[in-house]
Amino acid sequence: MDTDIRQGRLWVLLDAAGRIIEDIDTDQIFHNAHLAISDIAQMGPLAFGNLEGWTDFPGKCAPGDIIVAGRNFGAGSSRQQAVDCFIALKVGAILAPSYSAIYFRNAVNSGLPVLKILDLDRLLAQRKLASGDVVRFDVRTGKGGNLTRPAVFALDPMGGVQYDIFRAGDLFKYGKPAGTK
Amino acid sequence: MAKTIIEKIIQSHSPDEVAPGRIVWMDLDVRSARDFGGANVVKNFEREYPGESPADARKTFFTFDLCAPACSLKYADNQQLCRDFARKHGIRVYDVDAGIGSHVMIEEGLAAPGTTVVGTDSHLNILGAVECFGQGMGDVDIAFAFKTGRAWFEVPESVKVVLKGTPSAQAGAKDLTLFLCRELGTKKIALRSAEFSGPAAEALSPAGRITLCSMITEMAGIIGFVSREGGLAADLGAAYTAVVEVDVTGLPPQVAVPPSPNTVKPLAGVKGIKIDSGFIGSCTNGRTEDLARAAEVLRGRKVKPGVMLKVVPATRRVYEEILERGILETLFRSGAIVINPGCGGCAEGHAGLTGKGETQISTGNRNFPGKQGKGKTYLAGPAVAAASCVAGEIRGPEDL
Repeated sequence: MDTDIRQGRLWVLLDAAGRIIEDIDTDQIFHNAHLAISDIAQMGPLAFGNLEGWTDFPGKCAPGDIIVAGRNFGAGSSRQQAVDCFIALKVGAILAPSYSAIYFRNAVNSGLPVLKILDLDRLLAQRKLASGDVVRFDVRTGKGGNLTRPAVFALDPMGGVQYDIFRAGDLFKYGKPAGTK
Repeated sequence: MAKTIIEKIIQSHSPDEVAPGRIVWMDLDVRSARDFGGANVVKNFEREYPGESPADARKTFFTFDLCAPACSLKYADNQQLCRDFARKHGIRVYDVDAGIGSHVMIEEGLAAPGTTVVGTDSHLNILGAVECFGQGMGDVDIAFAFKTGRAWFEVPESVKVVLKGTPSAQAGAKDLTLFLCRELGTKKIALRSAEFSGPAAEALSPAGRITLCSMITEMAGIIGFVSREGGLAADLGAAYTAVVEVDVTGLPPQVAVPPSPNTVKPLAGVKGIKIDSGFIGSCTNGRTEDLARAAEVLRGRKVKPGVMLKVVPATRRVYEEILERGILETLFRSGAIVINPGCGGCAEGHAGLTGKGETQISTGNRNFPGKQGKGKTYLAGPAVAAASCVAGEIRGPEDL
C-alpha cells in the first residue's frame, strides 16, 4: 500500500457529555509519574492513563486505529513519551484541529502522522465521523473519506519537512548520512 | 523586510529566508537536556550515532532539576546515564545542586539576548524573558540537535499584546500573568510569538518578566517578549497577525481554579476555600523577589497547624540570596519546609505530590487534572499563597 494512504478505525475522543475533548495535555496522555520509563514497549499500556473516560484506551486500541481529538492536542510538557505511547500501540494517525507546537514536532520527528482536520465541529455535529467508523485518507493531498457512512473530510496536507521526515521514517533517518538536511 | 523580534532572532541563526509560516533550519547556540528526557536523548544519540561525538560539547549541557537529588531508582539511573555520557564527551552538567535549568542558563549568561537555546523543558520559552529564543523539544529533536547543532522550525506569526492601564498595588506579576492566561486563553496567541507592551509590561522587574514569559506555554504561545528600555525591539513597520489590547486597570489579585491555568477568577471570588497545603516556587515564582514577597507576609506569623507549606527556590544562587538576606530564616520560623532548588512542587519529583482529597495553593504554572497528584491545585502569586497557608483557606495578605 502507498504509505501516503492511511486507513483505519476511528476513536473520537468525546467526554461523558458527548463533546469532543479539547486541550488534552501530556499529563492526561502520559502521566509525569511514568517519565522515567524509556522503553517504548512499556509505554503503550499507559496511553491516556489520566484522561477521564479513556483510561481503558490501550486495551481497546488495535494497530492502525486513528484518534480524533479536539483542538490544542498535546498541550503541556515536551515529553516524547506522549507520542511514543501511541507508536507503541501502533496508532495509525491522529487527527485534530490543532496541536501544541512541541507535541506536533515530536510526532513529526517520530514519524507518527499528526494531521490537522478541517471543520471538525461540523463533521461531528452532522455525525459524519464517529467512533468505530473506518476512514481512509491521503496525507499528501489531505483528502479523506468515511467508508462506513457517506462523508468526506479534509486535512491540512502534509508538506515540506514534515512530509520528508514522514517518508524517511523519522528525523534521524531523514538526517542521514550528512547529519543535517 | 521589517522583522518582528522572533523573526530577527531566527534570521540571525538561519541561512534560509525567514518569514512567518516558512520552515527554516536554525543554528542553536545552546542545546540542553534535563534529567527527564536526558536519558532518552543519550539513548537516542548512542543508538543513532554510535561512536560519534556531539557537534560541539561547549554548547551542549545537562541540567538536572526535575528530581534533585534523585528520590527514585529510575531517576538515579537516568541521571547517572547522563553524567557518564557527559564525562565521555566533555559536556558540562549542572547537577542536582544547581536548580531549574532555564534559570541557571539565565544566571550563567548562556541564555542571552538574541540567542537560540533548546532543551527538554516545555517551559524553556521562559527565556523570552531575557530576549532569548528558547524552545522546549522532545528527546528526538534534542538528540538530533546534540549531533548537528540545528533544528527545523516553522517561523511563527507575531502578535502584539498591548496592556492598557495600571494594575492595583496588591497585584503582582503573577496576577497579571494569570489574568492574561484568562484573557488570551489558549487561542489568541496560539502557536505565535507574543510581544507585550504598555506600562504594565514595561514596569515588570526581571523576575516579573520571567513570571510572565514562563506561562506563555499555558497560553499555547511559542514565546513571549516583554518590552523594556534598551531591550531587543522589532523593526519599525514589522508585520503582526493581530494586535490584542488588554485592559489591566485596577487589576486585583487573581487565582486560577481547577481544572486549568486558563480558568482564572479574581481572588475575591475564591476566598474561603479551605486548603491543606501550599507550594511557593517553580520556574514561574521561584526567584528571590518572589520568596521575599512570601516572607513579608509570613514574617512574625505561623503556617496554620495542619497546613503544609513547601518552598522551593529556583536555583542555588536564589537559595544563597535568601540565606544572606534573612528570608530563609523567616520562611523556616513560619513553619515552611524549604526544599533543595529545582522543579519540585510542579511535577512528581523531590518535593512530593498531592494526595486524593487534598487541596493545594501553588505558585506554579499548571493545575491540569492529575498534574501534581490526585488533589486539586489553585494557582496564585506568592503573597496570596503565603497568606492562604497562614489562614488555612484562600485569602490575600490584607485579610490576615
